[in-house]
Amino acid sequence: MHSQTIILYDGSFDGFLCAVFLIYEQKVTHPIINKKNKSTPTQLFATTEEIHTEKQKAKRVWDGFKLKTTKTQQRMFFKAFLSEIKGVENTLFNYLRIVFMKEKTDTSIDYSNKDILKISQVAKMVQREKHRIEAFVRFRLTTDNIYTSIIEPDFNVLPLITSHFKDRYADQKWMIYDLKRSYGIYYDLKKIEIITIEGTVKSNIDIKSLSSNEKEFEALWRTYFSNVNIISRKNNKLHLRHLPKRYWKYLIEKN
Amino acid sequence: MSFERIREKLSILADAAKYDVSCASSGGKRNNPKKGLGNNTGMGICHSYTEDGRCVSLLKILLTNHCIYDCAYCITRKSNDIQRAAFKIQEVVDLTINFYRRNYIEGLFLSSGIFKNADFTMERLVEVAKKLRLEENFNGYIHLKSIPGASDELMREAGLYADRLSVNIEIPTKSGLKLLAPDKKHEDFIKPMQKVKEEIIQHRAEQKIIKSTPRYAPAGQSTQMIIGATGESDRDIMYSATFYYKKFNMRRVYYSGYIPVLEDSRLPAIDTEVPILRENRLYQTDWLLRFYGFSVEEILNDSHTHLDLDIDPKLSWALRNLHFFPIDINRADKRMLARVPGIGMQSVYKILEARKFRKLNWTHLKAIGIANNRAHYFITCDSKDFYSQELAPDEIKARILKNSNSKYKKYFNHQLRLF
Repeated sequence: MHSQTIILYDGSFDGFLCAVFLIYEQKVTHPIINKKNKSTPTQLFATTEEIHTEKQKAKRVWDGFKLKTTKTQQRMFFKAFLSEIKGVENTLFNYLRIVFMKEKTDTSIDYSNKDILKISQVAKMVQREKHRIEAFVRFRLTTDNIYTSIIEPDFNVLPLITSHFKDRYADQKWMIYDLKRSYGIYYDLKKIEIITIEGTVKSNIDIKSLSSNEKEFEALWRTYFSNVNIISRKNNKLHLRHLPKRYWKYLIEKN
Repeated sequence: MSFERIREKLSILADAAKYDVSCASSGGKRNNPKKGLGNNTGMGICHSYTEDGRCVSLLKILLTNHCIYDCAYCITRKSNDIQRAAFKIQEVVDLTINFYRRNYIEGLFLSSGIFKNADFTMERLVEVAKKLRLEENFNGYIHLKSIPGASDELMREAGLYADRLSVNIEIPTKSGLKLLAPDKKHEDFIKPMQKVKEEIIQHRAEQKIIKSTPRYAPAGQSTQMIIGATGESDRDIMYSATFYYKKFNMRRVYYSGYIPVLEDSRLPAIDTEVPILRENRLYQTDWLLRFYGFSVEEILNDSHTHLDLDIDPKLSWALRNLHFFPIDINRADKRMLARVPGIGMQSVYKILEARKFRKLNWTHLKAIGIANNRAHYFITCDSKDFYSQELAPDEIKARILKNSNSKYKKYFNHQLRLF
């Protein structure tokens, strides 16, 4: 039996790339890449190694990857990482290996390879979630004049949606907070900042901190929503497929 | 502003606008260079979905539902006794901006009943778009309805502010139009379409020489036809659609199953069911024409004037043309791959990429995601296990139907009992 090496990283993309760096540098034969948890149980037949994230090493791996891939493939790879699906790191690593074995100029993709297909499928799931969140974010104007939204996406999509909102709402202050992952992005009319909020954040913004007309606009939106519906075409199955229940919590028109 | 009054108007004027099916917000790429409000990446976003499963992308309203016309199929027709309302120009601007800032919508789709005359109405629609663009620095999506009979000058101005312009032809045939909308002339519909088409071509040409030429209706124009209000055949509808696609460079033609809203001897009875399945088959045909390289004559012709309801139009075509099949997945060109029932364009591209590496077999094809239930009668691949049996078209159809579980199944049973 081959002894396995479990490599623990800090959960960041750079950290993951450093894990890859280590595998190549030390020629680790049977690596498993895992996110560091507070209590990782020790495995009997495996050695565990914890790595430190170093920007420099991460950049070397990523630069090497970029040489042999197209922009689309790079984005796909990053999206798959953001899925945070358990074990995705190892599929990503297999994907990297295939890429590094290729000729320099060859950027074609072999969809009949199972790891490549898997990554492209996972990336698609993340892409779909990104698109949904871009659609389902509902801003509520607060008394301090910030358009505020709370989300609980299935995947870690904040890094993917930042530029969309920055380009779109360039003349208003806004904030989108991921309640599940306890961090958010805030735009102050100049730049985007990553923020965390101390203490517990409630999913419902206190009415007292909403701007005075906010409830009125929400009522208008609900009025609009109920009036565009055509009752004789009712199709609840389709409605639910497009608008799964888990998103309803933050949709003004569904509450 | 008085929220109570606005809410009342909104409920009337959104209700009246909902029979316009278009809610696309794609194709109108617009950046936000001056750090104003809004952008459009060219990809549409559906911000919500109604309970009938339709996308809510735009604030779709009428400026007013007062109308001088009396078209039988239209809920806002003059003789219909309903509540009437009208928005002020600034009210529409404010609503759009406030909804947009909260990420409810991608932009505005403004239509209107015709009050006084065509130009008087069109002028006001253009005024809303102009205000949004120039005063509010708004770069979201704007779709304006071209009012039949509006002057060339107004149509030219409209395209400078709007992303998309559309005239709804509503009734696919001239005879149908005469019956249901006797005060409207076919030429009045064509005129603004023609003008918009010319302006688009002219602006594109100028843009190549002078980069700063303003853009004109970047998302092009579209139209809509009501299905099942007059006795037109699927062939009539699709030939009309093809005419509008070719003649006026339409981006989209929409098909809207007639929803009985009014009692009228010229129209289907009020309890007639909305022809949702037929509408779906028409859209599938539309897709085959626009993306799959089919010509309309292949799908609908003198011997085949109606689309099959129980199977999709591609399968129907393939069953009538079995002599082209089976094709070899590993060798067939893109054009033929796209013609196999159960293989969509996404799968076509994946097959083309993947077969550079190895010969594909059933496992590969399944992983790529083709609908094998339909496809396997029409293809061979790198496997000895393919469909060699010579089956008659009816038999293939029966087998496919037996193994498929269409969401429309209830309709077939329903229809079968009728005959």
